[in-house]
Amino acid sequence: MIHTEEMFKVFAQYRGNAIVIPGRGGRHWHTITDQPSRDVPLGDPAMGGHGSFGLGFALARPNEKVILFDSEGDILMNMGALPTIAEKAPPNFYHFMLDNEVYATTGGQPVPNAKNIAYDVIAKGSGYPYTFSFDNLEDFTNNIEAILNAPGPVFVALKVHPEVENVPIGQRIRWNPRTRDKVIEDLQAAIGPRK
Amino acid sequence: MTQQSAELSPQTVLDELKKNGVTHVVWLPDSETNWLYLLMQAEPTIDLITVSREGQAFSTAAGLAVGGAKPVILIQNTGLQESGDSMRGWTMGMHIPVVLMVGYRGYTRHGDNSDTAATYTEPFLNAYNIKYYLIENNDDAGRITRAFEEADKAQGPVAVLVGDEFHGFNR
Repeated sequence: MIHTEEMFKVFAQYRGNAIVIPGRGGRHWHTITDQPSRDVPLGDPAMGGHGSFGLGFALARPNEKVILFDSEGDILMNMGALPTIAEKAPPNFYHFMLDNEVYATTGGQPVPNAKNIAYDVIAKGSGYPYTFSFDNLEDFTNNIEAILNAPGPVFVALKVHPEVENVPIGQRIRWNPRTRDKVIEDLQAAIGPRK
Repeated sequence: MTQQSAELSPQTVLDELKKNGVTHVVWLPDSETNWLYLLMQAEPTIDLITVSREGQAFSTAAGLAVGGAKPVILIQNTGLQESGDSMRGWTMGMHIPVVLMVGYRGYTRHGDNSDTAATYTEPFLNAYNIKYYLIENNDDAGRITRAFEEADKAQGPVAVLVGDEFHGFNR
């Protein structure tokens, strides 16, 4: 399994000026990124929607590279998004998935059939032309540059260590210094109007 | 009312979408939208995105809107009700101005519904405090533009309930 923070440190070297939607990895990414105005840490507007949000944004901005870090719990809630993404086939969309096998924010309960689902196979079967699966940092490091230099859509499943939160929601420390509205405002200022 | 204005034509709906600068239609087919689909498919200024379940339309529309595009969501009232949490989080919570064109399956105008999809449609919208308009014929088309204006003002979703099937489906 991969430590999410270490993965992001490797990824950061190849990010370029891509738009990054960090998903549930946001708590690590925000300490690593050097382009926060091109990051989209939305938190959790509603579970299951990040893949579709990433698709919509990538279609609206075909000249921007869009990199999403989704989660397996979210994908399980909306697996039907994968065929839609594959059908529209945005070449600028890179769909990573952090699979920690649990619902970490609710205390670490296992997701259904956590150890036996091959999400890269599901993505491939849904029509993604390029899919990968990594469970160690070395293989990820050796492949990330080539993955990001090739056209999308790409699906990359990453087995990561769970970081379970058992603290009551009202006592959790908020890691994101910006509100959702401010994140969108900063992003839109950074990318300018749509042509 | 003339025969033509007594009907709701899919061309009328498409014209309203184009007039309001719609770039993408995020949709899931229902029994009443086939003729509109054929027109949209042939329309070069509109990109169609077919979702697998209606909740995905809201998150997709949010991504499009944040990127500067102008999406419309085209779904049936059944799928609207399925979408509650997604609608809440991805369009209301994120202040995304978006028009929902909603097929009003089961609507009979007189309240004697045999289809619970119709029975719960307006209470559902009222529960979420979402403004909605009803269109039943071509003369009502201006309400689609009103919906776009209201969505911009509200910075959230506004619904247009399509109370009559597009004449021509039973051709």
